[in-house]
Parts: sequence; structure tokens; C-alpha cells
Amino acid sequence: MSRVRTLQALFKRYRRPGDIVFAWFALIVSLFLLSQLFEQTAFKAGGKLPAQPRFWPAVSLTGMSFFAALHLLGSALSERLDGRWREVGLWIASLEYAAWFIAYAAAVPYAGYLPATIIFALLLVLRVGYRSRMLLLSTLLSAVIIVLLFKTLLQVKLPAGQIYEVLPDGLRQLMLNYF
Amino acid sequence: MENLLAGAEMLARWDVMVALLVGSIGGVIIGAIPGVGPAVAIAILLPATFSLDPIVGLTMLLGIYGSSMYGGAIPAILINTPGTAVNALTSYDGYPMTKRGEGHRALSLAYSASFFGGIFGILCLILLSPVLALIAPMFGSREIFLAALLGIILVVLAHRGQIFAAGMLAMFGIFLNTIGLDAFTYTQRYTFGYSFLSSGINLIVVVLGLFALSQAFFLLTAPDSSPEAQPVSGKLTSGFRELMGHKRVASVSASLGVMMGMIPGVGEFTAQFMSYTYAQKSSDTPDDFGKGAPEGLIASEAANNAVPAAAMIPLLALGIPGEALTAMMLSVFYVHNVIPGPQLFQNNIDLVYGLYLALLLLNVIVILFLLVSTNLLTKIIRVPTRFLGVLILILSFVGVYSLRNSLTDCMLAAGFGVLGLILKRLNLPVVPIILGMVLGGILEVKLRSALPRLKTPMDMIDRPISFIIFVMILLVIGLHLRTLIREIKAHQIDDDHDLHDTQMR
Repeated sequence: MSRVRTLQALFKRYRRPGDIVFAWFALIVSLFLLSQLFEQTAFKAGGKLPAQPRFWPAVSLTGMSFFAALHLLGSALSERLDGRWREVGLWIASLEYAAWFIAYAAAVPYAGYLPATIIFALLLVLRVGYRSRMLLLSTLLSAVIIVLLFKTLLQVKLPAGQIYEVLPDGLRQLMLNYF
Repeated sequence: MENLLAGAEMLARWDVMVALLVGSIGGVIIGAIPGVGPAVAIAILLPATFSLDPIVGLTMLLGIYGSSMYGGAIPAILINTPGTAVNALTSYDGYPMTKRGEGHRALSLAYSASFFGGIFGILCLILLSPVLALIAPMFGSREIFLAALLGIILVVLAHRGQIFAAGMLAMFGIFLNTIGLDAFTYTQRYTFGYSFLSSGINLIVVVLGLFALSQAFFLLTAPDSSPEAQPVSGKLTSGFRELMGHKRVASVSASLGVMMGMIPGVGEFTAQFMSYTYAQKSSDTPDDFGKGAPEGLIASEAANNAVPAAAMIPLLALGIPGEALTAMMLSVFYVHNVIPGPQLFQNNIDLVYGLYLALLLLNVIVILFLLVSTNLLTKIIRVPTRFLGVLILILSFVGVYSLRNSLTDCMLAAGFGVLGLILKRLNLPVVPIILGMVLGGILEVKLRSALPRLKTPMDMIDRPISFIIFVMILLVIGLHLRTLIREIKAHQIDDDHDLHDTQMR
């Protein structure tokens, strides 16, 4: 009994709600990746072990699975906290913003950097609950400044929007190059 | 001396000076806004700096790195919210001082201690340089392999109370680095037949996801707030005089900052805690700590500002980054084919000294800027947090997409952003993933190039420096185990703290 208690003392830590869900997820992913080792890596006959392409994936995934198992053990032996699934719900809710980001990235090559940035920023600001005219104006201004800074001034490599093709000649060239 | 002049010549260009000015002042502002820190800013700006000259890009990033902690002290002292991760301890004593009407004194002390720490760190770096230039060429593949291994071990052990998670995440980072076409044998590793994985997972995509996007998701999913800081009145130069009364604490703290900065994987947190503990133990009034003790404030700020210069030592001399920010800077070197390491001191010594002088200059620029603009900054930091989240999301797009105009990169970055959010919510560290990726690459390459010279495993440590590093590895593990056993015997379990999540900003 005392041995069990010592083990518990060794692993017990304060955790945040949802830790055990992440611990299980991490262990399952680690073990899955480790199970794919022979499928996904090659072994070159005659080469030294540390020079094998399989060597570092094997070392890292074994280590990852080992630590993931210990982390799970620690989580399981620690005090259970309320709000586990509420926390997981928040993680899932964050996927919405990931989707916003991907949609914005997908829209830029078609709608152009300047229009896509302004529309995306305004829509997202409305989505997160801001309604004041002051904040909407600040958003508009920030979006324009970001485009001017990165595309116009620093000439960062971003695709020109297909929508610019319908613009009249002079304006089209300007928009294609700088916005 | 001629090296210093060559460095000065390198800096004497209008574009370098503009980059330094933008980096330093931008860094202070970024540091002062709670919710966005140097990691987010550097991650976003990184791809934009690739098109610039190495010295221009690096001085800008260095400016942000070296100045953000100055700015971070403002909200830490005035509203009890550290602007950057490493100002956490500043709020312990700074905020109580503000509450009793001494906000001006606290800020002034923080600035002077930061300036002292910053200059102390750079002077140490300049004085150590000849020694570095002498020692660095003694580092061959074996030594760099062992130093990178020591870095991985330290980054895991430095996360006390989270070692299993840190170990798992460091290993995950090493694994991420192996994905794609193996450059030596031309075989696919963990690509699952997808062509986009053949070129591997880009470090910048991971960095932007874990630092910038995760912070945006965090701010967007949390309730909206707007930090309210009251302006201060009075001359901010008075702190220098008061600092003179605490020379011992300031010097010891800055020295600890330098030492901890030099060791990969340790950094500002350990330096800050060690110097704070030292200041408390050696104080005549230890009970005042946490209630507004000037020495506590000095210890914290002098230590963390001494770190950036010291962190340049392993980066420049060995090509080994000690923490996430220097890991990001390493990619700027690589993009320009300037490989940090022993050869840098032989082939690009002007760049090395140029960076030293840039660090020195940025401290002067920042202190002058802060002396006149602190009250303006108290207004700037009132940005609503969700609005900040929207801005970070828009800016992250530039960072990810400008790399290679790939929508897949954006999807991957968004995935890492969600992972970063989960880690942040769980108070688990993300830095081990980044260092695992960078150091994992170094481990693999250096072990492979050392292999032809290894007949037995013992050949790995048959040279003086490799043997010393090996002994250090054993010592670090031994000391950790000893502390662990003592803690178990004393039944002490680490309390929860917010150290790791703050590292993500």
C-alpha cells in the first residue's frame, strides 16, 4: 500500500481540466505513429544504425510514446477536476477560427489581398461581437495599413487577386503590383 | 578593435538603422501590449525579413527580442499583467509599489535595472568573444551533437512539474523534423503518400501556428477585456540613482542572466527565479518581497534583460539556439546561407560584431524612447483583446502564405494553432516542440557526419570538449534526480503556475 502511495506522490501534479483527454489523445497518436514505423520508413542494408533513415523517427516516436504514457499516468493519478468536457468544447470551438483563417487564405488569390483582408477583418470583428463604429473604423484602418505595409512597402510575395483582371488597364496594373 | 570597427561599418547604413529603430521601438510597443509578445511578432515578421539583407533582417528581429522586455514591465507594474512572459516576477513587487502610489518609482527602477542588465550582458558578450573565437573551432560534429543533446535534455528538465509533457513535446518536435524526404538516402519518411509532406514540415509554419495563431485563437475564444493603465507623472531618470544603492543585487542578477542565457534550454525564467531568490535571501528585509521590494524588481529586470545578449553566444558560436526566439533567428541565418557556428567567427566576424553593436544601440534607443513615451504607451496598451486576436490572425496569414503561397501550409499552421491553444489552455509548454525540431535536425546531421570517425561508441567522448559536455549531461541528469528524490522525501509537489503559457506570447 505504501509503495502505491509513493508512486502516486511521484506522479501526482496539479492539472488543468481536460488534461487527461489530451494525454489519451497524445498517447494514441504516438502509438499509431510508432506502429507505422516499418511502413513509413526505409532500412538501407549495410549502413550503420544511426545513419539509417529509420533511426531518428524510431528514437523520437519511442521517446514520445514513453513520455506520453508517463504523462497519462500522471494525469490519471492526479485529482479529477471539474469542467473537463467544457474545456474540450472550447478546443473544438477554436476550430471555427481555424476555418476562418483557412477561408481567408483561400479567398486571397481570387478576391485580392486588399479586398479580402478588409472584408475578412470586418466580418470577423462583427463575429466576435464588436458593433461600435469606432472599432469598425479602426478595423478598416488596420486592414489597410497591414496591406500597405506588407504588400505595397515590403513587397512580400503574395498572389495578385484574379478579380483585379476585370479592372481598367491603369488601375489593374497598380492593384496587381501593390495591393 | 578592428573587428568592432568592421561591425560599426556594417551598421552604418540607413536601412540597418531604420530596421534597428523599427525593431527596438516596435519591440517596446509589442512588449507593452499584454497578449502579444516578441514570439508572436518575430514569427509574423520572419518571412518578411527573408528578402532583406541578413544584417537588416537580423537587427530588426534582434531589436524586437532585446526591447520587448522593457515594454513588458509597464503593464506588469501598472496593471499586474506581465506584458511578456519574462516580466512575470516584475509584477510581484512592481504592482504593490503602484498600489501604494509608487508606480513612477517602480517604472523608473525597472527601466534602469533593464538598461543595466542589457548593457552588462552585451559587455560580457564582447569580452567573451575572443575566447569564443578561440574555443568555437574546437567544436566538431561530435561536440555539437553532444551540445545539442544537452540542450534537449535541459529544455525538458527546465520545465519542472511538466517534465513528462515537455519530454513528449520535445520528442514530437524531433519527429516533425524527420518527416519528408531524407536528404541522405532519398527515402520517404512518414509522408503517407502525400506529396506535400515530401518537402517536410516547415519550421516557420509550425512556429507561426504554435505562437501566433494559437494566441489569436486564445484571444478570440476568451472573454473580451481592455487593460486600463493609469499614466504616471514625474521624471523617469530617478531610478538610475536608486539603482546605484543596489549595485550588488543588480550585478549578481545580471551575471545570473548571462550565465543562464548561455546555457541552451534554460533562459530568462530560470535566471529570473534564481536572481529573485538570491535577492530575497540576501536582503535585510526579505519579508518585503512580493509586497513592493525595490530589490525584487531590480533582480527580475536586470536578470531577464541580460539574457538576450548571452543567448547569442550558443547561437553564434555553435549554431545552437537556446530558446524559441533564437531558434526563429537561426532560420534567418540559414535562408541567407550564413551558417552560425565556428566558421562564423572566421568568415563573418564583421556580422558578429555588427550584431553586438546593434544590441548595444538598441538598449540606448529603447531607454531614450521610454523616458519620453511611457504615458503614451499606457494608452496604446488599451487595445481590446478580441480585436487584437483579429489583427494577429490577419498578420499570421502574411507570415504563412508569403513563404511559398501554399494553402496547405495555412491549413497546417491552423492545425498547429489549435494544438498551441490546447497546450496553452492546459498550461503545457510549446517551446520544447520548436527546440526539438531545430535541435533534432542538428542531432541527426551531426551524428551522421561524426559516424565515419567512430569505431566504438567511446570514440564519441574521446576529445576533451566532448568529454566535458558528456560529463555535464551526466551531471545535469544526476542533479535532477537528486532534487527529485529530495522533493519526494519532503513530500513537496510543485504548485501550479502560469510559467509555460506565458512563453507562448
